[in-house]
Amino acid sequence: MVSVTNVGNSSALIQVRGLNKTYRHGSEMIQVLQGLNLDVDKGDFIAFMGPSGSGKSTLLNLLGGLDVPTAGTISIGSDELTHMSSSKLTQWRARHVGFVFQMYNLIPVLTAYQNVELPLLLTRLSKSERRQHVETALSIVGLTERLDHFPRQLSGGQEQRVAIARAIVSDPTYLLCDEPTGDLDRKSADEIMALIIELVDKHGKTVLMVTHDPVVAGRAHTVLHLDKGVLVEGSNFRQDAMAGGGA
Amino acid sequence: MRFFRLIFANLFRKKLRLMLTIGSFAVALFLFAFLAVVKDAFGHGADVANANRLVTINRVSIIQPLPLSYGDRIRAIPGVQAVTHDNWFGGVYQDERNFFPQFVIDPQNQRTVYPELIVPEDQWKNFLRDRQGAIAGARTAARFGWKVGDRIPIRGVIWGAGAWEFNLDGIYHGKSPKDDETQFWFQWDYFTEHVPDRVKGLVGWYTVKLNSPDDALRVSKAIDTQFANSPYETKTETESAFAASWVKQFGNIEFLILTIGTVVFFTLLLVTGNTMAISVRERTNELGVLKAIGFSDGRVLLFVLAESLLIALIGGVFGLLLAMGAIPVLGTALNGLLPNLVLSKAMLGLGIAFALSVGFCAGLLPGIGAMRLRVINALRRV
Repeated sequence: MVSVTNVGNSSALIQVRGLNKTYRHGSEMIQVLQGLNLDVDKGDFIAFMGPSGSGKSTLLNLLGGLDVPTAGTISIGSDELTHMSSSKLTQWRARHVGFVFQMYNLIPVLTAYQNVELPLLLTRLSKSERRQHVETALSIVGLTERLDHFPRQLSGGQEQRVAIARAIVSDPTYLLCDEPTGDLDRKSADEIMALIIELVDKHGKTVLMVTHDPVVAGRAHTVLHLDKGVLVEGSNFRQDAMAGGGA
Repeated sequence: MRFFRLIFANLFRKKLRLMLTIGSFAVALFLFAFLAVVKDAFGHGADVANANRLVTINRVSIIQPLPLSYGDRIRAIPGVQAVTHDNWFGGVYQDERNFFPQFVIDPQNQRTVYPELIVPEDQWKNFLRDRQGAIAGARTAARFGWKVGDRIPIRGVIWGAGAWEFNLDGIYHGKSPKDDETQFWFQWDYFTEHVPDRVKGLVGWYTVKLNSPDDALRVSKAIDTQFANSPYETKTETESAFAASWVKQFGNIEFLILTIGTVVFFTLLLVTGNTMAISVRERTNELGVLKAIGFSDGRVLLFVLAESLLIALIGGVFGLLLAMGAIPVLGTALNGLLPNLVLSKAMLGLGIAFALSVGFCAGLLPGIGAMRLRVINALRRV
């Protein structure tokens, strides 16, 4: 269950309290996030929406440990992100976060297999164990036939599937998706969303997604709106769907 | 090991650029090896100089002679074990391009003073018996295809025109690979019979073998003092100092070579550094992705350094292999003017170290840049 108040539940997987982020632009201070609270349970699928500059991507970066807040705390399970050093945070990201980017961000000189294997190179897994994990991840995204293809030999939708496989191969605690369908046509976008929903419903993944597309956001369990750095509760699609008998 | 595939994949990302950078390294290392070999060849005399030997020349210049009678007087100085004398012959064998050093030697003392140049006993005995006998170094004999028993005609230039005929009685070898095996020796008696009267009884220089290197300063002073204020004043110095001053006649070769080497080093550093900087800038976004998924800053720095070092190593090895093939050809083309053009193992090691140090320096700044990249900034760049 998602909550955006500061009295949320203490058993939530992700707990954000009083999150502030301010950037300095010359002599001007720009406040991007203002006192944001959020609780996310394991298995939730949340879509963040809002106009450009509302702080969606900043929030995602903070939740992914890519940036540090100006004030406030982010707790993931028993880990407090805001107190971690940069190197500790890097190690933590490798274990707990899977990233899916709008532009896929695959390494062009590596094959699909090698791209998916990248996060596992940081583990102690043997070569055969890595192979097993990579093949499993690629089978989940339906690309077992494209192991040896380079990104340039794949369609946009297939590239994003490889990126999703890379994000889930190390079985992270949660996935952060930044406009995962932003660069895809409608058909491919639907396929990617179907895949993300499958990851949530079938594999129990927790997913936080930023999108501009209301149709895509509509597939999430919960949609939260950000406006000028403030999180306003949106609709709970799953609950609405259950109440209304369909999504 | 598990990151090799990633490093190699990045390395071969732009094949033309990679080849050109490797090519720059290869050319630079070829030049490095060539300059090092030439420097070594010029300094060779000082390298093989024996600490137990002194060289006494005319104080005015080495081309001014000294009387033969000085030999006995030098021999009488305490601390002197043996004395031999030589003259530069400077003749021409068949063609002026066929240069090799020819010395008129003192057969009685030659082997005592130069024990490192070895002549088989039977060949030496034949040489002593043969007034027209000659001994050639193994490299010169091999160069002209000479064998013991051959008749060698040499045209005189300095000591009067005309053909000098020699019987090749022996071939000497050096004890160590650095010893000069290009010389050609023949007997003092034969020489002095054929030269004009005005130069009879005059030698080019003396080489003095000491009982101990500790006596070098005292004995050299004693020799020069003994002949001070005479028509033939002397200048005595250690063999290494003599060899070094000989090289200096060609100019400051070492400075010249060091200057060229330094320019090559910095040019290569700029070329490779620029290549690595472009290469890192081109994949800022990818580096951001690697960092986002958990690759540490240190690991990113190592990737960049590994690429730079690999380029340096491949280019360096290629350049040195090229030099290994080309230097003997060059030695032949120079007709023995620089007798010791040898690319030693130490020099190859130095070349690889040189290449790797350039590779390291060239990769360091772009690597630190990559290391310091903030993930969110890197991910914004496409």
